Amino acid sequence: MAGASDYLAAMSLSDVLTIAPAGLYCPAGDFYIDPLRPVARALITHGHADHARAGHGAVLATRETLDIMALRYGEKFAASRQAMAPGERITLGDVAISFHPAGHVLGSAQILVESKGYRVVVSGDYKRARDPTCAPFEPVRCHAFVSEATFGLPVFRHPDAAGEVDRLLRSIALFSDRAHMVGVYSLGKAQRVMALLREAGWERPLYIHGALEKITDYYARAGAPLGEIRKVSAADRATLAGEITLCPPSSLQDVWSRKFPDPVTAVASGWMRIRAFARQRGAQLPLAISDHADWDDLRATILETGCESLWVTHGAEDALVHWAGGQGIDARPLRLVGYGEGDEETAEGPA
Amino acid sequence: MNRFAALLDRLALEPSRNNKLRVLAAYFRETPDSDRGLALAAMTGALAVASIRPATVRALIAERVDPELFALSYDFVGDLSETVALMWPVDPARHHNRAPAPSLSAIVETLRATGKRDAPARLAGFLDDLDETGRWALLKLLTGALRIGVSARLAKTAVAALGDVSIEDVEEVWHGLAPPYAELFAWAEGRGPRPVSDDPAPFRAPMLAHALTPADMEALDPRDYIAEWKWDGVRVQAAVVDRADGARVARLYSRAGEDMSGAFPDMIEALLASTFVNVILDGELLVRDGAAIRPFADLQQRLNRKAPTAKMLRDFPPLLRVYDLLLDASEDIRATPFAARRRRLETLMRENPGAAFDLSPLVPFASFDELADMRREGPTATEGVMLKRADSVYVTGRPKGPWWKWKREPYNVDAVLMYAQRGHGKRASLYSDFTFGVWRDGDLLPVGKSYFGFTDAELSQLDKWVRENTTNRFGPVREVAHGADDGLVLEIAFEGLNRSTRHKSGLAMRFPRIARIRWDKKAGEADAIAALEALLPAPAVQPP
Ligand SMILES: [Zn+2]
Ligand SMILES: [Zn+2]
Repeated sequence: MAGASDYLAAMSLSDVLTIAPAGLYCPAGDFYIDPLRPVARALITHGHADHARAGHGAVLATRETLDIMALRYGEKFAASRQAMAPGERITLGDVAISFHPAGHVLGSAQILVESKGYRVVVSGDYKRARDPTCAPFEPVRCHAFVSEATFGLPVFRHPDAAGEVDRLLRSIALFSDRAHMVGVYSLGKAQRVMALLREAGWERPLYIHGALEKITDYYARAGAPLGEIRKVSAADRATLAGEITLCPPSSLQDVWSRKFPDPVTAVASGWMRIRAFARQRGAQLPLAISDHADWDDLRATILETGCESLWVTHGAEDALVHWAGGQGIDARPLRLVGYGEGDEETAEGPA
Repeated sequence: MNRFAALLDRLALEPSRNNKLRVLAAYFRETPDSDRGLALAAMTGALAVASIRPATVRALIAERVDPELFALSYDFVGDLSETVALMWPVDPARHHNRAPAPSLSAIVETLRATGKRDAPARLAGFLDDLDETGRWALLKLLTGALRIGVSARLAKTAVAALGDVSIEDVEEVWHGLAPPYAELFAWAEGRGPRPVSDDPAPFRAPMLAHALTPADMEALDPRDYIAEWKWDGVRVQAAVVDRADGARVARLYSRAGEDMSGAFPDMIEALLASTFVNVILDGELLVRDGAAIRPFADLQQRLNRKAPTAKMLRDFPPLLRVYDLLLDASEDIRATPFAARRRRLETLMRENPGAAFDLSPLVPFASFDELADMRREGPTATEGVMLKRADSVYVTGRPKGPWWKWKREPYNVDAVLMYAQRGHGKRASLYSDFTFGVWRDGDLLPVGKSYFGFTDAELSQLDKWVRENTTNRFGPVREVAHGADDGLVLEIAFEGLNRSTRHKSGLAMRFPRIARIRWDKKAGEADAIAALEALLPAPAVQPP
């Protein structure tokens, strides 16, 4: 950052955050960010399973992330919890922390850690594309940035999500006698696809698999524009020709999907850009709709933060590290074992 | 181009034939003439475009992106055209001014008019203007690696579906047409006349038979029918015609109208050397061995090759066994009853002898019982009998009633289910592909694989049994219990058996299907390999 004092110039990212067996650790504040196993004090960026795990002592997160964790793991997911409002600043030990919207899913946040004036932002997962169901990403200037890189290769440039939804609607126009089933992850992707369908003018009820019910209800109560949502009953299935049903991707290949009339199977995921993945998932209609920043947005965001140091986590670290080096940014891959494994979208990448 | 590319993507991922047809028909309905015509040409293998080497594509991308990023991306995606299509840099300004993307026909015409030296720059310009899918399809097309998930016949069927014409009609006019087929679309949509073929030896869509069931048979009077052998070869049509300028033309077509002349130059030569004048013959293509017929597998070897090797020409000479006559001395006799056509055919074959073709004999019979016996004892290379109404005219397609095929009872064996795999499309959630084996020295030896023959209810029973008796998993494949006491016995019906060096069991079943699930039998009671070996044809004696 411009205007940094000599004192600041002597500080580095590793003075603020270290890599411990349980994940990213801040010694000066004695807390972990998105730890991979139970710890005494955890700051959680968002509710996806590889970031938000049950069994911590104290959890600090946004109100929505705490609610989502309670929905997924039960009220006793942590010994104690504290909600952080966006932009609210508190002190933990020798550092100040604040949460800033990441635009990834409802409640998702980047975490800013300030230590003696040195600013580190841990992005969690984020996207820059518009999403009617959550607050947009807010760029935060910092000295050091810890970025995700799920789609950190130049082959990933996500198309306009509205165009992808339009392809789904055109398929329904052509195959009005077939059920259209969209494989989506339960937290975030499902509700974004619903809201995009409403924006595209689809007014019929949207049908959902039971696995999507809790989180979808929560989004609706939080005011997401989802329209009428109906849970699919066993008896409904045969009657859903020409309708849209959302379900977890795994259900597309399940016994459950057999009763739908000649289903068109769509899968909404950033990985659907690659034909081999679409084929592997058995998607007849791959929809490249992602909750993560694509290559262009990753690069733009890194430049926007003004960071001097960059740590790159889960995904394709190498390409982003290579590019950042060319930009004069001190970049290194952070190969934390465990990220991406329980994640909703990263789980689809090549093993 | 973007639209054609999107069509290809959809076709590649849609497993059902009927749904592919609907996707295609919608594309043909909504796409303007020259583009849909070139798309049809691409799908029928008739589109000629200047080719571009992969090295040229690599050079284009190397000028535009960081080589390290390209290497990482290519390694991840694994396909050159797809990698380049996805990472091709796009100028955001161009993206926003919404100039319409170039059409398939504009691209094909431009590249046709471009010299080799300028082709890379032209290609780069098109890649700038297309979207990711369009770039992918264009690169695949120009590097000759475009794979289309439909057959030529399905594409033509979709054209026929545009209006009131049949696929047989389309096949008949097809050989006189060239891309972009404007007159074909006009005719199919009822806006123009039937295209006139100037091909001197055009294809005539064949007449097909229905399989005869016992119920059908009860309604038939044997006196109305003429029987002949059903040969175990492939149905073909041979045309020998003198062109207006006196040149002699011979063609060999498959049942679907594909020109097979290139694969059978020896047959074409024999037809040209014959004394036939302006005839179209309908018959069976076989491979001969002196006066005998060689096994189907030998014919298969020749069918697999676009151009035969010298050894194949020597070892597997073709034979055309003729059973119908469509054009006789320039006269179209398809509207003549079968009995009369047959008499003309007998005369024709007597007057024009040749080693490469002969007449398929009739099988006289008094009753269906008698015919049933003869059918079982038929000569080698037959798979049953054909019944044709003496008064039937030759019509294209598969009308029910005039022609019947009555196949020999398939062979049967009791085998044990060993492995099951998920099916495709509608069956993707079910274990519907089954591998089965028979006993050899106390162990099961896999002898075949089948995914049909059962009812939906039986399939769900099989699926349930597989799930409950899984002992091992390998990716999509489940191994199931198959001990002498806990295995499931399947009665397998099949059409024939050949020796095979590619299968561990040394034999290959033709068209195996699951005839019955033998819940009543124990796996230990299933057949042994000896039961199958007894059915094998005697090994061909190799000449010294
Ligand atoms: Zn996430
Ligand atoms: Zn994640």
